[in-house]
Formats: sequence, C-alpha cells, structure tokens
Amino acid sequence: MAAAAKIDPMHQFQIAPIGSDSLVASPFQFTNSSLWMLIVFAAIMAFMWGGTKRQLVPGRWQAAVEGLTGFLDNITRQNIGAEGRKYLPWVFTAFVFILFANWIGAMPFGIVPGAHPFTVTSQFSVTGVMSIISFLIVLVVGFWKHGLHFFSLFVPKDTPFVLKLLIAPIEFVSFMVRPFSLGLRPFVAMFAGHILLEVFGNFVVQGLNAGSVMGYGISALCFVFVIGVNALELLVGGIQAYVFALLTALYINDAVNLH
Amino acid sequence: MPQIAQLALVYQSQWFWLLLTLGAIYFFIGRGIVPKVEATVDDRDARIAADLAEAERLRAEADASEAAWRGRMNEAQAQGQTASVAAKSAADRAAEVRVAKADAEIATRTAAAAAALAAARTSALAEIEGVAADAARDIVARLAGATVTDAAARAAVAGAMSRA
Repeated sequence: MAAAAKIDPMHQFQIAPIGSDSLVASPFQFTNSSLWMLIVFAAIMAFMWGGTKRQLVPGRWQAAVEGLTGFLDNITRQNIGAEGRKYLPWVFTAFVFILFANWIGAMPFGIVPGAHPFTVTSQFSVTGVMSIISFLIVLVVGFWKHGLHFFSLFVPKDTPFVLKLLIAPIEFVSFMVRPFSLGLRPFVAMFAGHILLEVFGNFVVQGLNAGSVMGYGISALCFVFVIGVNALELLVGGIQAYVFALLTALYINDAVNLH
Repeated sequence: MPQIAQLALVYQSQWFWLLLTLGAIYFFIGRGIVPKVEATVDDRDARIAADLAEAERLRAEADASEAAWRGRMNEAQAQGQTASVAAKSAADRAAEVRVAKADAEIATRTAAAAAALAAARTSALAEIEGVAADAARDIVARLAGATVTDAAARAAVAGAMSRA
C-alpha cells in the first residue's frame, strides 16, 4: 500500500521520447507530444471526412461538420467582412486544433493500461507558436495592404493631439502584448485545469488508501469535485478555442480594415 | 514546470511537429475539405433560393391566369347581360308595334260599325216618318174624310216629332 504516494501533478506535462531512450535537441525527435499532435490531426481528419459526402440533404454527421465550418465562417465574416473567407482556413485550423487537443487531453485515456494521455495545448511552446502565426498574419496583411500607414492603427482618430501622444504608446504596447496574451490564455487554462484534475484525482485515491471514515468522505467529496472540474474543463476547452479563433479574426480585421 | 525545464531540449521537435500538424490541417482540411463543405452549403442555399423563386414565379403565373379567367368570365357575363337586354327591348318594341296595329284595326272597325249604325238609324227614322205620315193620312181620311197630300202629312209629322 503506497500510503505516502508522492503527488506529482507536473508529470503529466513531461515530454518523453518515443522510439529512443533520451531526448535530443533535434527537430525530428519523436515524442509523446508529437504523437498526440498526430492523434489530434487524425481525429480532426476523421471528423471532417464525414462532411465530404456533399449530400443535398445532410445526414447528422455532415450537418455537424457543416455546423462547425458555418460557425467559423460566421466568425470570420462578421468580424472581417466579405474578405473574411480568405482567412477562414487559418482561423479554422487554429480553432479545431485547440478544440480537439483540449478535448482529447481531457478524455480518460489513462484508464487504458500503458496509455499516457497528453494535452498538447498545455505546452506554451505549442500555443505560443500558434499565437505568433496569428500575429505574423496580422503584421504581413497589415503592411502588405497599408504599407507604413499601418502604424496609424496605434493612433486613434478624432482625438486631440495631446491625447494622441499619450494613447499611441499605450496602443503600441497593447498591440505588442497580443501574441503573449493570445498564446498564454489557452496554455494557462489547460495547465491549471489539468493540475486541478491531477491533484483532486490523487486525493480520491489517497482518501481511499487512508482507510478511515474521514478518508472515504474526503474521497467521495473529491470525486464529485473532479467530475465538476472535468465538465468545466470541457467547457473551458471549447471556450478557449472559440476565444483564440475570435481574437485572431478580430486582430486580422484590424489589419484588413484599418480604421 | 516541465514546460520551462524541458524547453531548450524539446522546442525544436515541438515546433517541427506542430508546424507539420498545423500545415497538414491547414492544407488538407482548411484549404481542402472546408471549401468543399462551404461549397456544398452554398449550393444548397442557392438551390433553396432558386426553388423559392421558382415557386414564387409559378404562384404569380397562377394568379395572373386566374385573374385573366376572371376577366373573361366577367366579360362573358356582361356580354350575356347586354344581349338579353337588347333581346328584351326588341321584343318589347315588336309587341308595341303589333298592339298599335291591332288598335288601329279595332279603331277602323269601330268607326265603320258606328257609321253603319248611324246610317241604319237615319234610314229607320226616315222610314218611321214615312209610316207615321201614311198613318196620319189614313187617320185624317177616315175621321175627316179629307185627303191630305203626302207632303203636308210629312211636314206635320216632322213638326210633331221635333216637338216631342
């Protein structure tokens, strides 16, 4: 009986090599993180495959796929305008990747012996790259369409000159903070949620192992709590994907339709 | 926090596999499947819109043909009415003419009868006068034995009858 089992909520974020003994600093190093990225991709591909039947009257699956694409099409069209469809592939990619990674990471794959679930989006090296891609799209589109005039994004219109002097630096800082906030948001949500799940999941087991009435009570309480946190985790997973897609669309809108 | 502790060791593979995955999603799904799904939805929307427009057109057509039919019905009804009115007035006029003709005939016949009656009356009166004069002459001859001329008797009778 491992009464003094050590709680290590960080272990789930550990990246481990697959097919080799130790991690090497190489781009081609295959890890559990890479594996779960591919699983996420396979799941997205399998889901989207159902929408390619192109029936006039859609079945349930096709209707779900059409609902997803329609939802993201709405986000881009409402926030960017008629030009929004050009940016739909990236907004769609970001949304489905974050959504599927969040939800697959919250699935109880740990029940299967030998399976070690891994949440790709709990790594800021992943969400950071995604937010940098969004930020680069904004920069490229902005300077491509408006040239140096894009800098007027930082200067609010119809404002007294003195206020402009004050506001422009603030606007600039807030603009430069965007990639960090955009990338940290999904990472922090997944990171914190999974630590909570791990900690309270451990309490459930340790309460049972303690063998006392109070231990069982704590265990049951924590079990209920874990169920709640799990439901919240699914909700947060969806919300984070939505927020990322929405903010990406809003930021692209700044670059496309400069005020 | 393994995300930071391992960063130097794993960032290359993380980025490589992430870009590979995102690229695959972007090109296969974002640029491959999504436009197809969107095209399907657009096709369906366009088809529904076209069907609705077609239905609207057919409804307008039906309305127009119904209105035309109604117009033709009204016209036929009006035509029938004028025809019946004309026939009625023609019949009225023919009847009037016939009545007038009959009236005229009756009037001439009445006039002829009245004339015949008047002639018969005058001739009867003349005959009565003649008979009365003869009777007066006979009476005078028998009672007084005098012979009175026919003219005198007639004058006397006429005087007596005009006094009566």
